[in-house]
Amino acid sequence: MSLTADPVAPPARAPIRRDGGRAALVSVASVLLGLAVWQLLAARFGPALLASPMQTLTAAVELAKDGTLFDSVLASARRIVIGWGLGLLVGVPVGLVMGRMRLVRTLLDPYIEFFRFIPPVAFVTLAVVWFGIGESSKVVLIFYTSVFIVTLNTVAGVLAVSESKLRAAASLGAGRWQTLRHVVLPATVPHVVTGARLAMGNSFLTIVSAEIVAAQVGLGALIWTSRNYGRIDWVFVGIITLGLLGFVFDRVLRIVARRLLGRYGVKL
Amino acid sequence: MAAEVSVPARRRGTRAGAAARLDRVDIWFGGFHAVAEVSLDVAPGEFVCLLGPSGCGKSTLLSTLAGFLVPSSGAVTVDGAPVAGPGPDLGMVFQSSEALFDWQSVRRNVTFGPRMRGVGRAEQAAIADEYLGLVGLRHCADKLPDQLSGGMRQRVQIARVLANQPRVLLMDEPFGALDAQTRLVMQREMDRIRAATGCTVVFVTHDIGEAITLADRVLVMTAGPAARIKSVYPVELARPRDETSAGFLTLQRRLRQDIGDEVRAALRDQGLDQGEPA
Repeated sequence: MSLTADPVAPPARAPIRRDGGRAALVSVASVLLGLAVWQLLAARFGPALLASPMQTLTAAVELAKDGTLFDSVLASARRIVIGWGLGLLVGVPVGLVMGRMRLVRTLLDPYIEFFRFIPPVAFVTLAVVWFGIGESSKVVLIFYTSVFIVTLNTVAGVLAVSESKLRAAASLGAGRWQTLRHVVLPATVPHVVTGARLAMGNSFLTIVSAEIVAAQVGLGALIWTSRNYGRIDWVFVGIITLGLLGFVFDRVLRIVARRLLGRYGVKL
Repeated sequence: MAAEVSVPARRRGTRAGAAARLDRVDIWFGGFHAVAEVSLDVAPGEFVCLLGPSGCGKSTLLSTLAGFLVPSSGAVTVDGAPVAGPGPDLGMVFQSSEALFDWQSVRRNVTFGPRMRGVGRAEQAAIADEYLGLVGLRHCADKLPDQLSGGMRQRVQIARVLANQPRVLLMDEPFGALDAQTRLVMQREMDRIRAATGCTVVFVTHDIGEAITLADRVLVMTAGPAARIKSVYPVELARPRDETSAGFLTLQRRLRQDIGDEVRAALRDQGLDQGEPA
């Protein structure tokens, strides 16, 4: 009897991108065009309203020299990583339990549906009153903005696990906990990664408002204090650094997820 | 390639098949009467095919035997003990290879059951080797399921279930999604695997030829709702079965007639009947 009737399918491979070089070129051109438009607008409205690219660069060098820029990036990045990480640490298990247990889902659903519509900026005052002017109030706000979206995506992932996988696990002798650990969790990984990326975006949206009140350092703090000094160019430095930092964070997250979690079906 | 198929060594002490019994099993889904008072006795080591039009409740009946569904009334027993829920004694091979764990290698899929029981690494390796050998997939042990063809994925499912040494093997149209050529190969394989393991098999299909090729007994179900077993055909043909033999063809004709009535009934029910073909 021949067992070669069904040969091994070739491993799925990304199609070779012939336009890789061209795409990069287009991206660079797009950035250059954006800078040109910025320059034109700056020339039209003047430095009191709009710092030009060159002025922004000069301001960035100025802020980098005295260490402000680096400290700000470090402080904000730290708050984001800790708050976001806590959001994952709480959101994933809560989402798994919610997805698997209808009672818990029904109990927690109203709260999640309620709080996810209240933006973190609404809680800034309360956060400071409750958690003080130190790091905790900022971290709590980042955590708040991360945890719901991670939870909701995890729940969606759990509910999307195919019935046949769950039945297979049960009939192969896996208990409730084993099924959760060895089947539900790995099958949910792509949804968790999506939730983590969205939460990262939320964290960047939140960090500025989290640093409004009583933050000494941080990109948000930099933007707010620059306003008090009337330094539009510093505001520009803060905003652009924030955007670049977010871009870098997302890139790193995507690469790490693809490398480490590829076999769970994470495609980014 | 043939050298890779291990001789059905019973060194792991393959457990003999159990007797499975459905006693006046009645299944309702809310107000829908799916299965009406089905009784069925499957002898230890017997291969039974449930044949019927799609949607007739075959899979429902199988899910009940597997312990996934609790019947509204009636009893399900294996070797006299009531089935309390799904477990490794009742191995289930699903129609869709979606039931495989895509993030695990073929080997880890096959050793899933033993691993859940806390079997040691060395033992797991031996189990993987044995059952992957049985289905001729040793060379694919380190691949992911997505890297295999449909027929190979179903063989992984079979190996994964057999690695638990089930007393009863339940198969829900396991070759239904395969192309015709692969299906033929898989039917031959199934015949061999069954001979090697000696377990009791309940096999759901709507393919008449497949049922005759594999079964000791073919049970024809009526079209739902309130499906029941309509008729029973013992298949007393020598194995491996030759689909061109007179006995095969005669049985095929009788089954086709029998099923045809049910399929027409089902179509009438769905308002699809275009008048009676002769």
